[in-house]
Amino acid sequence: MKLVKRVLAAGSVLLLGTTPAMAAWTDLNLRVGVTPISREIYGLHMLILWICVAIAVAVFGVMIYSIATFRKSKGAVPATFDHSTKAEIIWTVIPVLILVGMAIPAARALVKIDDTRGSELTVKATGYQWKWQYEYVDQGVSFFSTLARSSDVARQLDSGIPARSVENYLLEVDNPLVVPQGRKVRVLVTANDVIHSWWVPDFGLKKDAIPGYINELWFLAEKPGTYRGQCVELCGRDHGFMPVVVVVKPAEEFDAWLAQQKAARQAASAPAARTAQLAPTVDQPASLRVANAE
Amino acid sequence: MSATHAAHGHHDDHGPAKGIARWLTTTNHKDIGTMYLVFSLVMFLIGGAMALVIRAELFMPGMQLVDPGFFNTMTTVHALIMVFGAVMPATVGLANWMIPLQIGAPDMALPRMNNFSFWLLVAAFSLLILSLFMPGGGPAAGWTLYPPLVLQTGDALPLAIFAIHLAGASSIMGSINIIVTIMNLRAPGMTLLKMPLFVWTWLITAYLLIAVMPVFAGAVTMLLTDHFFKTTFFTAAGGGDPVLYQHIFWFFGHPEVYIMILPAFGIVSEIIPTFSRKPLFGYDSMVYATASIAFLSFIVWAHHMFTVGMPLAGEMFFMLSTMLIAVPTGVKVFNWTATMWKGSLSFEPPMLFALAFLFLFTIGGFSGLMMAIAPVDFQYHDTYFIVAHFHYVLVPGAVFAIMAGVYFWLPKWTGHMYDMKLAKLHFWLSAIFVNVLFFPQHFLGLAGMPRRIPDYSTQFADWNMVSSIGAFGFGLSQLLFVYIVWNCARGGAKATQHVWDDARTVSLEWTVPSPAPYHTFEEAPVVK
Repeated sequence: MKLVKRVLAAGSVLLLGTTPAMAAWTDLNLRVGVTPISREIYGLHMLILWICVAIAVAVFGVMIYSIATFRKSKGAVPATFDHSTKAEIIWTVIPVLILVGMAIPAARALVKIDDTRGSELTVKATGYQWKWQYEYVDQGVSFFSTLARSSDVARQLDSGIPARSVENYLLEVDNPLVVPQGRKVRVLVTANDVIHSWWVPDFGLKKDAIPGYINELWFLAEKPGTYRGQCVELCGRDHGFMPVVVVVKPAEEFDAWLAQQKAARQAASAPAARTAQLAPTVDQPASLRVANAE
Repeated sequence: MSATHAAHGHHDDHGPAKGIARWLTTTNHKDIGTMYLVFSLVMFLIGGAMALVIRAELFMPGMQLVDPGFFNTMTTVHALIMVFGAVMPATVGLANWMIPLQIGAPDMALPRMNNFSFWLLVAAFSLLILSLFMPGGGPAAGWTLYPPLVLQTGDALPLAIFAIHLAGASSIMGSINIIVTIMNLRAPGMTLLKMPLFVWTWLITAYLLIAVMPVFAGAVTMLLTDHFFKTTFFTAAGGGDPVLYQHIFWFFGHPEVYIMILPAFGIVSEIIPTFSRKPLFGYDSMVYATASIAFLSFIVWAHHMFTVGMPLAGEMFFMLSTMLIAVPTGVKVFNWTATMWKGSLSFEPPMLFALAFLFLFTIGGFSGLMMAIAPVDFQYHDTYFIVAHFHYVLVPGAVFAIMAGVYFWLPKWTGHMYDMKLAKLHFWLSAIFVNVLFFPQHFLGLAGMPRRIPDYSTQFADWNMVSSIGAFGFGLSQLLFVYIVWNCARGGAKATQHVWDDARTVSLEWTVPSPAPYHTFEEAPVVK
């Protein structure tokens, strides 16, 4: 069996200890990210994680104590009680209070995330099988963003190219989305064939890209750099191969980049520029008001 | 109908028909229970093999074994088989065997329908497995079958949808049967609040099934007409709405989750008191908690869709209603713990599995609570964190509870004790490997690995390798389970009537001999 042989081969790699450096062992937790929202989400995540850990210590503690102490082999004699109204009220009310304590900061964060007002740049991200199209709304700049050639060659079945030899394997594109640092950027998310989902972990949010809908999310990146994510809604055969890469540039650099993009498009012949225009979306439900208001 | 059944109603202890006819035509709840359980085990192994294809591909970054399209088929069919073919039929099998025995009924109320609902299931899964070999490949849009993607499926689509229809019809018939049996055939004196917890949880589960299976059947039928008859229920280009499908699906899908876990709660609620030698703590509140969970399951569905672009008010409502589920679930965990408190515990295989359930299901509950918080779910959604969560509640949750139930009642069914040492070995291998398999997936999800991808960036390589090793360890350990059950069915030390020496004999199944005779409670017992 071909499959069995491959598995055995992979297993022997592990047993011989020839696995590459284990740098990723430290990636155990959510990333803090680079936006105020991503930091707030990280804080909420840690808050709830620690609450769960505290409850776990208490509950598992009692379970482990019971298992260790009340053993038949130690001659434990079973008690006969079968309920205690007082205890049951306590362990109904306390969880409710804890939940209220969680719900308040969570609701606050939700309101903030929902507020897309006052954005300084709007980009429309359209999902296709299997690439993203980015359009700088009202700027006349748009382009497709597909998996980088190096990754695409290496990811073919039996390519013979080790994934580890490719830089940013599966997380590199030909044309990344470029956005300014320190400005509120609104992303309109939609799709033209099936449902996709646009996600950059460092920005804290993901949003489904749905044909016929225009969803929105916003972020304000505080640090320049390259941020990588992926499509996170199963969208067919190559779902795993349509990364999202966003380059955050300092505001002036971004302005220069955008001006240069615009100039390049004007310089190109008129028909070419027209093809770069976004095809109209198929259908215009109420959520399109967002785009019209722009 | 076989001739033996025509002669029913006499005192002679007639047994089953001979040969294959026994199984094809049987109306005996024990035979049908056995068939459900064997069917579910076969499906568990097939679905498990698919999971191993997935984990083998994910063992290392890069594509080594399968085409990405086939990988998607594996994730899709693995889930459909495990949900509808393994976990649900296993709990139905346990219900068939144990509900009549626990309420003192001679059989299920509708025995012929019982036979039909089982054989429908066989037809359903034959169709589903057949769909793998259709032009265009098997279904590959995920078990949630989201349009528009699912409409790109080839000839497999109608087969998969008819499979769901048949499995749904089977579930509805099974549920009607269970409700009618419980409502009408209880032994004199067994009031509702004297029923064993397993019967209670199944009664509530059966109502959930009847409420939501038709909804799912409707949703997939709309997919069918969208695909073949030019309707556009879910196609934006024709004025339809892809998100509508998700609402309908999850209105079914969330109760479905509890359909899988409530019977597991029931099993655990039988086992923990038995091996703690102490009555179940807070019986009444256990019943109310189960009912509350069932009610809440109908008003939380859109927490599966937080990233779909709902209005703020919607997200707020579904976040808060979802958080509420933690309260009745917490009550259950606390009650089980209180049952063990000041008990006299022993650790036979059923108890070991029930304890592992208690710890590991609770871990799945914690991650569930974390995901209920909508703003944080924007990060968790559709990552391996979700995969880790639902496998924790379904594998060391539902599956461990089912195995605990099998180890608990197997001697009653077969009349033989199984090999305790081997069963304990099976437990320890399963309990260790299941954590090696699923715990690292929390890390992968938090680090940003999306679910349902056949290949991943190299930063995810290490934990994927660990997870795959756990998968193969867990999968192979289950062969031990098959061996233990097979061996026990063939022979072994004679089981006593009470089976577990110290079993408290409050529940009626322990009042019949081991193995339980082909016909039991032909005269109703009286419950004090």
